[in-house]
Amino acid sequence: MPRQKHPQVVTANDLFEGDVVYLTVDGGWTRRHGEAAVAETPHEAERLLALANAQPEKIVGAYLANAAIGEDGRPRPIHFREAFRTRGPSNYFHGKQAEL
Amino acid sequence: MYAYDDFDAGFVRARVAEFRKQVERRIDGALTEDEFKPLRLKNGLYLQLHAYMLRVAIPYGTLNARQMRQLAMIAERWDKGYGHFTTRQNIQFNWPRLKDVPDILDALADVEMHAIQTSGNCIRNVTADHFAGAAADEIEDPRPTAELLRQWSTDHPEFQYLPRKFKIAITGSPNDRAVTRAHDIGLRMVRNEAGEPGYEVIVGGGLGRTPMIGKTVRDFVPKADLLPYLEAILRVYNLAGRRDNKYKARIKILVHETGTEEIKAMIEDAFVEQKALFQAPPQELVARIEAAFAPPVFDNTQSLAFERAQADDPVFGAFVETNVAEHRNPAYGIVSVSLKPVGGTPGDASADQMRVLADLAERYGHDELRVSHEQNIILPHVRKADIPAVHAALKKAGLATANIGLISDIIACPGMDYCALATARSIPVAQQIATRFDALRLERDIGPLKIKISGCINACGHHHVGHIGILGLDKAGVENYQVTLGGDGTETASIGERTGPGFAAEDLIPAIETIIDTYLGLRQTADETFLDAYRRLGAGPFKDAIYDDRHDSARAA
Repeated sequence: MPRQKHPQVVTANDLFEGDVVYLTVDGGWTRRHGEAAVAETPHEAERLLALANAQPEKIVGAYLANAAIGEDGRPRPIHFREAFRTRGPSNYFHGKQAEL
Repeated sequence: MYAYDDFDAGFVRARVAEFRKQVERRIDGALTEDEFKPLRLKNGLYLQLHAYMLRVAIPYGTLNARQMRQLAMIAERWDKGYGHFTTRQNIQFNWPRLKDVPDILDALADVEMHAIQTSGNCIRNVTADHFAGAAADEIEDPRPTAELLRQWSTDHPEFQYLPRKFKIAITGSPNDRAVTRAHDIGLRMVRNEAGEPGYEVIVGGGLGRTPMIGKTVRDFVPKADLLPYLEAILRVYNLAGRRDNKYKARIKILVHETGTEEIKAMIEDAFVEQKALFQAPPQELVARIEAAFAPPVFDNTQSLAFERAQADDPVFGAFVETNVAEHRNPAYGIVSVSLKPVGGTPGDASADQMRVLADLAERYGHDELRVSHEQNIILPHVRKADIPAVHAALKKAGLATANIGLISDIIACPGMDYCALATARSIPVAQQIATRFDALRLERDIGPLKIKISGCINACGHHHVGHIGILGLDKAGVENYQVTLGGDGTETASIGERTGPGFAAEDLIPAIETIIDTYLGLRQTADETFLDAYRRLGAGPFKDAIYDDRHDSARAA
């Protein structure tokens, strides 16, 4: 199976709260990027995205986002937009960064 | 101000009840997101980067104290204790939960407010001069016309599925504070030869991907003909506007591609038909609306408190210099309350601050508040003798920043701190500019200067009409900022000119500083504003300065 350029995680917004969530290996959802399931191959990425899209009663707008694997083995975002989504607004300390 | 009649109240309540059921059906799975999304957008509910966002209409930017208090209550009860005032004179709540939104809409309906037509391809909230009804230079208060337009455009069956969104701005003054030349339709009140007030109609202005200054299609439309004339414009647009390409669907593209003379002829032809069909609104309705905007009963009692405070207190003197504008009644002033504290988020107000503003409006301001497109709050009618007391109360609430029209009075869209469409952040750029020039203590010396920042090409931050405009983009995964110079949103409107290649975030503030240094070095007198100097000098010296600097630092590296 070919590996993709970057590992990927599935992210979406929670239907009820609207906040950023990530798909976990058991098909559930977490607020923490580091707990997201990681797809190393296009096939696995597709499978995870299908798993997310099968849960329209929980989430909105699932998509695949590139990630890097840190020294602790956990994924971290690559693009600055995805990095902001893990924390919340940068203008002052509020949102996800203040609540997790 | 205008008060809802039974029809208005019933209509808004019915929409809330309908949306409540739609939310229930989305939550229980009866509606898919694809089905629900257009329904929630019709009620002003977006899904943004970190949360839902509810955009609430503030018609022509006018509020009373009771409404402002209700916005404070909503911010505290269902949001994170603040609201964000926008360049369309609306307020946005950044953190509502889906299930709470129907309750929020009911709370808005309690004070005659709603979130209808704050999204979608319809006629959006009509914006107006924030000094309307108070300005010394005004021909007439344009808000009776704005309210008539609100009623005419709300749920108008012909205009619910336009090719694209449609924005109308209106002013009653020759000094254009409503950016009428950058709207789909701009209306500027003028007098005809007989001295009667009517409107110059400007069509096809807009910012975004393809910025355009609007074209005057009629020098004078009598008030009585305004609605059928606007219907003629909308009809031409509805039929001929580009529905094949979202990026070419605004009326500005139709005007540009068709040509002004041809568009004028099409509108005039449609107007002949439309006028024959048009049923004028009942005279009693027009009279009721006009009466609702009758000026308050002014208190002309003389007092020297204002002059004394100006002489004795330099902080108050500085506040008056920038934040108090001339009122049509010489005993009064128009007080602009800056929502741009140094290092703060432009346009944000806490629930406590909203309550202070409501209290001040009630006690000193004939119960009127305005939201400006520059993201500030206006107390339009304050007796000069009361302004020292108002200033003291604003100081206590952290609302007395004396910077209206200066370099730190920056428009910034929410950018990538909140917005799902953004390509870069805007707010931190505004925070850094304000902080830097505060440290330099140059703000007053620089004088009038409008910096406007957008976090994507859609230009909610009006960067094209900023004297200095900043556009945030994503350049290969890194925030990058383009700079434009010489934009102007007033009656002498112009689109800013790009300086050249963009700047990395860390190079942007030094580049802005270089532009300002260049201006200070080249201005003829201290009275020559940045815009005047730019118009005299052109872009050359500014470009040379910012890109020479860059070469120097590249060589040094």
